[in-house]
Amino acid sequence: MTKLNSKIPQGPVATKWSSYKDHIALVNPANKRKLDIIVVGTGLAGASAAASLGALGFKVKAFCYQDSPRRAHSIAAQGGINASKNYQNDGDSVYRLFYDTIKGGDYRAREGNVYRLAEVSGAIIDQSVALGVPFAREYGGLLDNRSFGGAQVSRTFYARGQTGQQLLLGAYSAMARQVSLGNVESFIRHEMLDVVLVDGRARGIIARNLVTGEIERHSAHAVVLATGGYGNVFFLSTNAMGSNATALWKAYKKGAFFGNPCFTQIHPTCIPVHGDFQSKLTLMSESLRNDGRIWVPKRKEDVEALRHNKIKPKDIAEENRDYYLERRYPAFGNLVPRDVASRAAKERCDAGFGVGETGLAVYLDFADSIKRLGRNVIEERYGNLFQMYQKIVDENPYENPMMIYPAVHYTMGGLWVDYDLMSTVPGLFVAGEANFSDHGANRLGASALMQGLADGYFVLPYTMQNYLADQINVPRFKTDLPEFEEAEKQVKSRLQKLFDVKGSKPVDHFHRQLGKIMWEYVGMARNKEGLQKAITMIRELRAEFWKDVKITGETNEVNPELEKAGRVADFMELGELMAMDALNREESCGGHFREEYQTPEGEALRNDEDFMYVAAWEYKGDDKEPALNKETLEYEAIEVKQRNYK
Amino acid sequence: MDFTLKIWRQKNAKAKGKFVTYKVTGISESSSFLEMLDVFNDQLVTKGEDPVVFDHDCREGICGTCSLYINGRPHGPDDAVTTCQLHMRKFKDGDTIVIEPWRSKAFPVIRDLMVDRQAFDKIIQAGGFISVNTGGIPDANAILIPKADADSSMDAAACIGCGACVAACKNASAMLFVAAKVSHLALLPQGKAEASRRVQAMVAKMDELGFGSCTNTGACEAECPKQISIDNIARMNREFLGAKMGSQKKKVVAGGF
Repeated sequence: MTKLNSKIPQGPVATKWSSYKDHIALVNPANKRKLDIIVVGTGLAGASAAASLGALGFKVKAFCYQDSPRRAHSIAAQGGINASKNYQNDGDSVYRLFYDTIKGGDYRAREGNVYRLAEVSGAIIDQSVALGVPFAREYGGLLDNRSFGGAQVSRTFYARGQTGQQLLLGAYSAMARQVSLGNVESFIRHEMLDVVLVDGRARGIIARNLVTGEIERHSAHAVVLATGGYGNVFFLSTNAMGSNATALWKAYKKGAFFGNPCFTQIHPTCIPVHGDFQSKLTLMSESLRNDGRIWVPKRKEDVEALRHNKIKPKDIAEENRDYYLERRYPAFGNLVPRDVASRAAKERCDAGFGVGETGLAVYLDFADSIKRLGRNVIEERYGNLFQMYQKIVDENPYENPMMIYPAVHYTMGGLWVDYDLMSTVPGLFVAGEANFSDHGANRLGASALMQGLADGYFVLPYTMQNYLADQINVPRFKTDLPEFEEAEKQVKSRLQKLFDVKGSKPVDHFHRQLGKIMWEYVGMARNKEGLQKAITMIRELRAEFWKDVKITGETNEVNPELEKAGRVADFMELGELMAMDALNREESCGGHFREEYQTPEGEALRNDEDFMYVAAWEYKGDDKEPALNKETLEYEAIEVKQRNYK
Repeated sequence: MDFTLKIWRQKNAKAKGKFVTYKVTGISESSSFLEMLDVFNDQLVTKGEDPVVFDHDCREGICGTCSLYINGRPHGPDDAVTTCQLHMRKFKDGDTIVIEPWRSKAFPVIRDLMVDRQAFDKIIQAGGFISVNTGGIPDANAILIPKADADSSMDAAACIGCGACVAACKNASAMLFVAAKVSHLALLPQGKAEASRRVQAMVAKMDELGFGSCTNTGACEAECPKQISIDNIARMNREFLGAKMGSQKKKVVAGGF
């Protein structure tokens, strides 16, 4: 077993980052120009990293599969971004944001990293405002805040329901400026298909030009993966259609360990599934829980009457409604963290109180807030979300409560990284949702944007400089090295292998099947028997895929079926690793809920004695079991407790 | 629901394209337009034919990737939505639906319904930013911004860069896209410092890339999925005029920064 070294700096948690910065090695401006960095992915983490590294003077190549860096899926984040500014004078501080994040993550995140995240959170807001992000303001001209789940302070900054869009456009514009200055080169419609190692260090990538189909080699002194999460392993999720795990999976196969793959976030407030041909799920921002109240009927006869359209939700009297979050968690009410809210919705629906055609939905009701604040206030706060809901569901949420149900939204797991955000492959850095992250077993709302930008704006510019300081005499890499040749050969042969199957079923068929297995057995509630079954089923599905998938067209042209096939092939392998990790973790924590391990009240029951560690999986070969490495988590600044939102 | 689809098929940028007529059956009215195309493509693949290539990603109306001219309108017959937010219940069973790519010289077709919109990135790279590096920034609340200004700026910043404004315009003008970015930044105190050279550089790049002129038909505003107002174009024209007059005095050269 490899010893994992997280390289957490010595000293008290509050001074670790400043003392780290004081002692790192630096690269002088003339030398920065001689060093190349590849950044894969241009979401919040990738775009902010490319912009910041470019501004320092490094030569950056930024890759995205989209037709513009501005379209990465960070753009879809709605509700907000946390920062411990304490502008509201309500008791916030760096420590409290740190504490809430560790607690929210159910004590499965690293203290040192999370403290640093909280520490730089304020600077992210400053930076974004300077770049022109039009955050919501009070009449006095100061910044406005709202509340999000898992916190008792208002620390969330927002730009209507489009916070992710505005933050990404800020980072994208900073990157565009570096493009104009010649420090960043932007490669659009390119998909990374392998990472290239030379003498054990990451020195480049193999990418497919999605327009010409050409396989390209790109070299650099270091590589950053900022390729997002892998929620699409479930087929239906709130991720974009193109979001995929291929870059992470290729890196895993080249020696980067995969951390906590089973930690998946199921978001409680999404528009419910409507039919077999649905391609994705749409999130309704957590911010709605500021003013919306979640409920289901108390009586089964009302559930029946609703299903047969005999009554409307507003016909149900107050005393016959079960505001189950307010009932079970009076201290946090509708603003409990996402994992808790999702499980509570599932519990009510499983007990037969769900509403809607399928019985898999609960109400999110704004009637009280509209009465209290007026429709115009609600419209100003959430207008675009209400419009989105109405377009999809064809119901007016100002008149009738929204119907919502949990859906896959985010993955806390990802490639294992040390304090420098470097994976177990030297020179391969991982940022944003792609790394195994600062969110432990459950991420708090409005913290993904914070982490992506923290990594890109304020962490990588220091830690990568530290890594590159002894590389200044390493000349630019040629891409005719045998390592590049070999990697390109592998990539090409795999693409050919996909074509050669010449089966009968389209790629989507397999993706849907995989999604069903994952949602049923590796979703909101998991158990030993189900997880073992999932592993067997995924293996069978994979065998079928390689016998019966059908891909039309050629490799040397635009070919979305080929793109999807490669991604789904990787998802099927990752799905199995997720099930193995969930099977190994014989406890419930955060979003990982093993039915065998719960308190009498149905809350997650952790086992700190045996499982207070990061599970870092090591690839050992296609036909071999991966090896489990453990990074023990140590808590010095925070006392470990059972999470309590009551 | 069943439909007849007339779809623009074009093998690559150089090939000659043509309309091909297809039938698609068994579509749910709660499907989105792109889900209808997914079902259709799976039917094509199963038959061994090349699926129709179209751009799409987030499928919730915010990434700006999806496009399509549907029955002669960018993003189809519904107002204030992108194609991915258009639902089949907006059509009648048995309808014939004509589907084309964006039509503009500055957005050449790559394949079928997929077009190349790099021109928009180039316009942003020409000046659609505030020139600050990372770090060393004063506290966010050090700048007071009246709520009305922040709100107007946000209205303009809501642009998703899809290109419907260009596709809708008979001149293929990119004025609404450029004006939205110019307004977003010019309305904020942070963006004022370089407002003058920004507008000049962006307009110069827009002209260079082959977009047409604005003749105030308002088609862009009518078809914009985010309802960006043409007031922004008026604001940009003022900014541009002011910048030009100022630049004659101060001899500010556009670009090159």
